[in-house]
Amino acid sequence: MTAFTINGKAIDVAAEPDTPLLWVIREHLKLTGTKFGCGIALCGACTVHIDGEPMRSCQTQLQDVAGRQVTTIEGLSPDASHPLQKAWIAEQVPQCGYCQSGQIMQAAALLETNPNPTREQIVEHMDGNICRCGTYGRIISAIERAAQEA
Amino acid sequence: MTETSPLRTAALSRRSFLVTIGATGIAVAFGGLPSGASGAETAPATAGDFKPNVWVTIASDGIVSIICPASEMGQGVMTSLPLLIAEDMDADWDKVRIVQAPSDAEKYGNPGFYGVQITGGSETMRGYYQPLRLVGAQTRKVILAIAASQLNVPVSELATEPNRVVHARSGRSLDYGEIAAIGELPDPLPEATDADVKPLDQCRYIGRRDIDRIDVPAKVDGTARFGIDVELPDMLYGAVLRAPVPGEAPESIDDVAARAVKGITHIVSLPYGVGVIGESYDAARRAKDLLNVTWSNSSRVRRYDSSRLAESYRDVGRDLTRAGVASHTQGDAPAAIAGAARIIAADYVTDHVHHATMEPMNATAVVLGDTVEVWAPTQGPTATQGFAAGAAGTTPDKVKVHTTLLGGGFGRRAEADFIVDAVSLAKEVQGRPVKVIWSREDDVRHGKYRPLAAQHVQVGLDEAGNIVGWRHRVVADSIFARTLPDMFAGDGGQDTVVTDGTIFSYRVPTHLVEFIRQNNGRDVGFWRAVGYGQNNFGVECIIDEVAAAKGIDPVAFRLELLSGQPRAQRVIEAVAEMAEWDRPREGRALGLAYTDAFDAHCAQVAEVSLNRESGEIRVHNVWCVVDPGVAIQPLNIEAQVAGAIVHGASHALYEQINIVDGETQESNFDTYRVMRMSEMPDIHVRVTPTPENKPAGIGEVGLPPTGPAIANAVARLTGGVRLRHYPFLPERVLAALNG
Repeated sequence: MTAFTINGKAIDVAAEPDTPLLWVIREHLKLTGTKFGCGIALCGACTVHIDGEPMRSCQTQLQDVAGRQVTTIEGLSPDASHPLQKAWIAEQVPQCGYCQSGQIMQAAALLETNPNPTREQIVEHMDGNICRCGTYGRIISAIERAAQEA
Repeated sequence: MTETSPLRTAALSRRSFLVTIGATGIAVAFGGLPSGASGAETAPATAGDFKPNVWVTIASDGIVSIICPASEMGQGVMTSLPLLIAEDMDADWDKVRIVQAPSDAEKYGNPGFYGVQITGGSETMRGYYQPLRLVGAQTRKVILAIAASQLNVPVSELATEPNRVVHARSGRSLDYGEIAAIGELPDPLPEATDADVKPLDQCRYIGRRDIDRIDVPAKVDGTARFGIDVELPDMLYGAVLRAPVPGEAPESIDDVAARAVKGITHIVSLPYGVGVIGESYDAARRAKDLLNVTWSNSSRVRRYDSSRLAESYRDVGRDLTRAGVASHTQGDAPAAIAGAARIIAADYVTDHVHHATMEPMNATAVVLGDTVEVWAPTQGPTATQGFAAGAAGTTPDKVKVHTTLLGGGFGRRAEADFIVDAVSLAKEVQGRPVKVIWSREDDVRHGKYRPLAAQHVQVGLDEAGNIVGWRHRVVADSIFARTLPDMFAGDGGQDTVVTDGTIFSYRVPTHLVEFIRQNNGRDVGFWRAVGYGQNNFGVECIIDEVAAAKGIDPVAFRLELLSGQPRAQRVIEAVAEMAEWDRPREGRALGLAYTDAFDAHCAQVAEVSLNRESGEIRVHNVWCVVDPGVAIQPLNIEAQVAGAIVHGASHALYEQINIVDGETQESNFDTYRVMRMSEMPDIHVRVTPTPENKPAGIGEVGLPPTGPAIANAVARLTGGVRLRHYPFLPERVLAALNG
């Protein structure tokens, strides 16, 4: 059993310690907002926060999060009211939407440490997250909006 | 797609489309749950009791459930199609809930797509627009008839406001919920004609910028349910190891190590690979990696070498003795070109490209005896029924398909290989659901790539520099030969989807398009914009080459070739103005391209610079003007076109599948490079609707012009260095510069 905290709730998970955190989150905890995209930390679709840091859950093992705080898109805010979630709706960012949980989690970590990022800082921070629909322009706009309105 | 016979059926007439109205509709639960946003929401089945037709259910509380017949893969149809019905029935959009259609082509097939349920070819809005507006109008007439009876007044004295029938003379009104509660359908049911459809200037919803996409709230809080998110009781997980070379089969399977993985329940030999079933996906993927399979060695695809074939196709294109199938013949272009004072000719090559949808291929199935149920992110529910039936040994009518949200489609999800995986494995564990997930490596290596293609384009000019003949030879494997073999044969070996984009709005006196089919055994498929994506490269680049040879401006030259085509001329003039076409840039240059794909008109200008040491191109800006005809949701049109420009730039600059000895060399985003945020140009899209024209397809049209606009910009930057091979890899750019 591995004990850690997910979205503020203490849990024990009975999975092999080397199971990727991504599959623990999706299959054991049934939190399917975190997505599988590449499996080797190249696309960012599986981004979660571990002790507040954005991490690729596909390349994090269950044993790595023992005793730590994990936050997924479902735990970012209780009612989808995070400034980024509101900005994502205001800017109508998603198309297919599959990468957007990861995009939002990646962006949320940026605003935690840098509440007013420049466009260049946004692009640098977000460059590891692929969007195949090409919503990058609206992602930037939404992050800028959230920074202004937060 | 083995389901070819329905596709051969003539398109349903409007009359037969409406015949289904009045039958009892079945509202089927859709996975995405509402999350408190205003406006219409996706919804589970309602307890609605009033069904004026198979599209609409009105509950006594006034909630209006509307069917979405097409697959939502990011293009916005889950909003834009129900909006059409809501518009003409005068529903209150805030009270509308969207229900994804079940697999039932008879009721929900696209009248513009042979009556089947398939989302692709930019046919969705084009095919459903008028029929769904008629459904809305018919619904409104049913509601009015009931209200007239209830209020005991003539229908002619009634009007509607959102979700309400009003009798102005008496000041009485009835809410749609109250009418639903009455529940009696008039007999006979009123029919609607085009005259009952609202004029656009009276529309409440069509054309508004402030109507949000209904799928967006669920896509920002993790509640949106894609195929990969399907969860069913007692579910097992599957992974499939496919033969590295298509066409091979397992000859011997050493699965000792795989079976030893905790949680593995079944190892299944398939005609094309080996399937693993287990209690978790992690177990299944681990076991799959431990399989040791000896494959057969007889597939003809083993001889497939993409770089060698690219050269070969180019040679075939140039060799005019190699006859093809004429796809378009206007006058005698070869004779006109033979007699021309000057011939401009060039070869354009486009490498294989892969879809790389962010959601890897996946599907979930349950098989019990001769019945099959499939949950899948599919563009083609009808084809899915056929393929699932084939895999399960049953008939398509025994297959029920639940279409989930799609994490990208781009044509890849019109295929059914991932469906067959799930059904084949589910068959082994009768009654238990199996969810099969492809790894990204599976997804990249076993794609249905856009065909490798070479184009040989010849333009003949007379002494005065006027075009006298245009000949366009497309050399590629066929998509239709595999996917729609009957149609391919019936059309005499044409493949109109591979040659799309070779027939255009430009006025030329003679024009010949030839398809010289290659057949090298590797499946090729529909990739966003399909033929337009490659052929617009040839068309738009040779136009610039001709303009340069004539010494005239590419904007002026296109306007001249498009005389009498005001929609085309206007988008070109507008984009030239947006981009300040005549303003010189230090170290940068502009290039133009235009397309009339999918009934739209779209012109783009790319601004590029070039690192002459490394050969790297930087695209700084893309300006775009698009005329979509009627704009249903202008804000979404901007998004679709901007996204397609990223996609178009990505494939022109980076994307490439290399196949050596039949095996794909790329495997993940490290080797299959797609455009990232830092590489994206600044994109400026202007939508210029022409409401007098029918709505165009808008999900693909933004893609084709981006590549040729970049190539044309590079030529103008470098004094005429032409890039004629997608993608424009640095080594190719350097080779062109060093000429």
